Amino acid sequence: MQSGFVLVAMSLLVFLGVYAVGDPIEILISPDADQEEKERAIRALGLDLPLWQQYLVFVSRALQGDLGRSFVFNEPAIQLILQRMPATLELAFGSMIIAIIIGLPLGLYAGLKPDTVASKTIMASSILGFSLPTFWVGLMLIMVFAVQLGWLPSTGRGDTAVLFGIPWSFLTPDGLSHILMPAFNLALFKISLVIRLTRAGVRETMLMDYVKFARAKGLSPTRVTFVHVFKNILIPVVTVLGLELGGTIAFSVVTETVFAWPGMGKLIIDSINVLDRPVIVAYLLMIVVMFIVINLIVDIVYTLLDPRVRLETKGT
Amino acid sequence: MSTTTKTPVVAVETPFRRFVSEFAASKIAMVALAVFVFIALIAIFAPWIAPQNPYDLAVLDIMDGRLEPGAIGGGGYVHWLGTDDQGRDMLSGIMYGLRISLLVGCGSALLACLFGATMGMIAAYAGGKTDSSIMRVVDLQLSFPAILAALMILAFLGKGIMNVVIAIIIVEWAYYARTVRGSALVERNREYMEAARCLALPPRIALFNHLLPNCLPPLIVVGTMQIARAIALEATLSFLGLGVPITEPSLGLLIANGFEYMLSGKYWISFYPGIALLVTIVSINLVGDHLRDVLNPRLKK
Repeated sequence: MQSGFVLVAMSLLVFLGVYAVGDPIEILISPDADQEEKERAIRALGLDLPLWQQYLVFVSRALQGDLGRSFVFNEPAIQLILQRMPATLELAFGSMIIAIIIGLPLGLYAGLKPDTVASKTIMASSILGFSLPTFWVGLMLIMVFAVQLGWLPSTGRGDTAVLFGIPWSFLTPDGLSHILMPAFNLALFKISLVIRLTRAGVRETMLMDYVKFARAKGLSPTRVTFVHVFKNILIPVVTVLGLELGGTIAFSVVTETVFAWPGMGKLIIDSINVLDRPVIVAYLLMIVVMFIVINLIVDIVYTLLDPRVRLETKGT
Repeated sequence: MSTTTKTPVVAVETPFRRFVSEFAASKIAMVALAVFVFIALIAIFAPWIAPQNPYDLAVLDIMDGRLEPGAIGGGGYVHWLGTDDQGRDMLSGIMYGLRISLLVGCGSALLACLFGATMGMIAAYAGGKTDSSIMRVVDLQLSFPAILAALMILAFLGKGIMNVVIAIIIVEWAYYARTVRGSALVERNREYMEAARCLALPPRIALFNHLLPNCLPPLIVVGTMQIARAIALEATLSFLGLGVPITEPSLGLLIANGFEYMLSGKYWISFYPGIALLVTIVSINLVGDHLRDVLNPRLKK
């Protein structure tokens, strides 16, 4: 219900916003066309109708999956976006995995031994992860690893392999070397987030009675850490990472521009720069839909992971 | 003789003095504050201390383009941080860029604060439907990533410093609104607000003269952090080519300009503006972080 309302509100906003920008006729028709030609074009595009009717036409077409054609590529906008989507999703998931691989162990360590120098260093650098401008870090990564050391390629997706009819970079060694740097760049913020969440979670659960009991039973510290503590801190980490997925896809706009990664983000920036309006509208609406779906999925997964939530909603 | 007539100074502990001494207790925060003041001074006095006016095309010499740091250009002075492709002295470019970055960052954060705080207070004071509809908008705004919302607004409005400021205000006001509403809900039921109501003060005076000052501490903390966020957001948008116009480059645009030369090893065009941006943001964040510790009574020992 709420998500439906959001979707309608956003489509109205996007629609009005785009129409407030200017007259599409001036871009589409050559300036030396006479008055009659202009009027014919206006009628053909449905621009003579009152605004609310234009909106209804736009919505009914959108519901049929038609969000207009790109001025630049002369292809349906939705198709253009869907073509680039796998590259963006690949990047987003890659960065999630990197965030977990790096963030969880560091956070765990910082939580178990909070007073060591190493832990303090970890926590201090996590502040950096929050405040560093992502695009600049990306540039520095390129400078060090691509230009100075020459270890990793700086731009593009590299070789791709086809799976389910879609090209993926992570299936080939060359593609993997291409995705490593952008994914790490995109992961920076989330690494800091995971470190902080894990550390807070560990410090909290270590004081719980069941952990004390497990220790008193004489279980080895490794077993206590990984079975009793670890399981319980996974819930908040998974939830927050899930909620971050939408933000990651949105923020890949920046990373994709830095690393010339041919995904949706690069497409939208290029489209904004050449005022390719149908693509802009289509992208924004897709992102809104994506957000609503992600929030829904996270809610569902959360209830599956944490039985307490289920009981609470049943109780009320 | 004069010393005897002087009354001995008694340290009266006013809230402000206590705040200052508590803030000064953290060395890191004091250093960060000093760094930020230094940066702000550079930005303010850039036209007088910069070796070159980077916007004056007459003094730019294309022959001085892409000089390495420390090289001496046609102007006869040392380019300590090198020059960019148009022969612009990077040190001067950074000083002027800081001006724009700080102006946009602080200005938009302040305006967003004004708007957001007003909305938050209205929500808390009015309650009921007004409250829930304002907070519905706030929730919606907060669930949407800042970069996307700003991108959307700039796609509609076009480039320009004013448009960037507007975009940042629209993106950030919700944080202030939520913060102020939270503390205003508590303060609303205090005795002094009851007194204000009994005296039949008009809502405007009750809100701004009595309620707002008591909601300030959390607002200051959020405001400091949001300045840093606004500066970073402006830099990112300018880097993407959607922010400030090319004639008045902010730090983000300077970094973007150097991007294409980075692959050929000419690192300084992007590197030094980035360092300036980094130091600015980190120093503001450190100050904000410590302010939160000082102003939050729950964290006090």
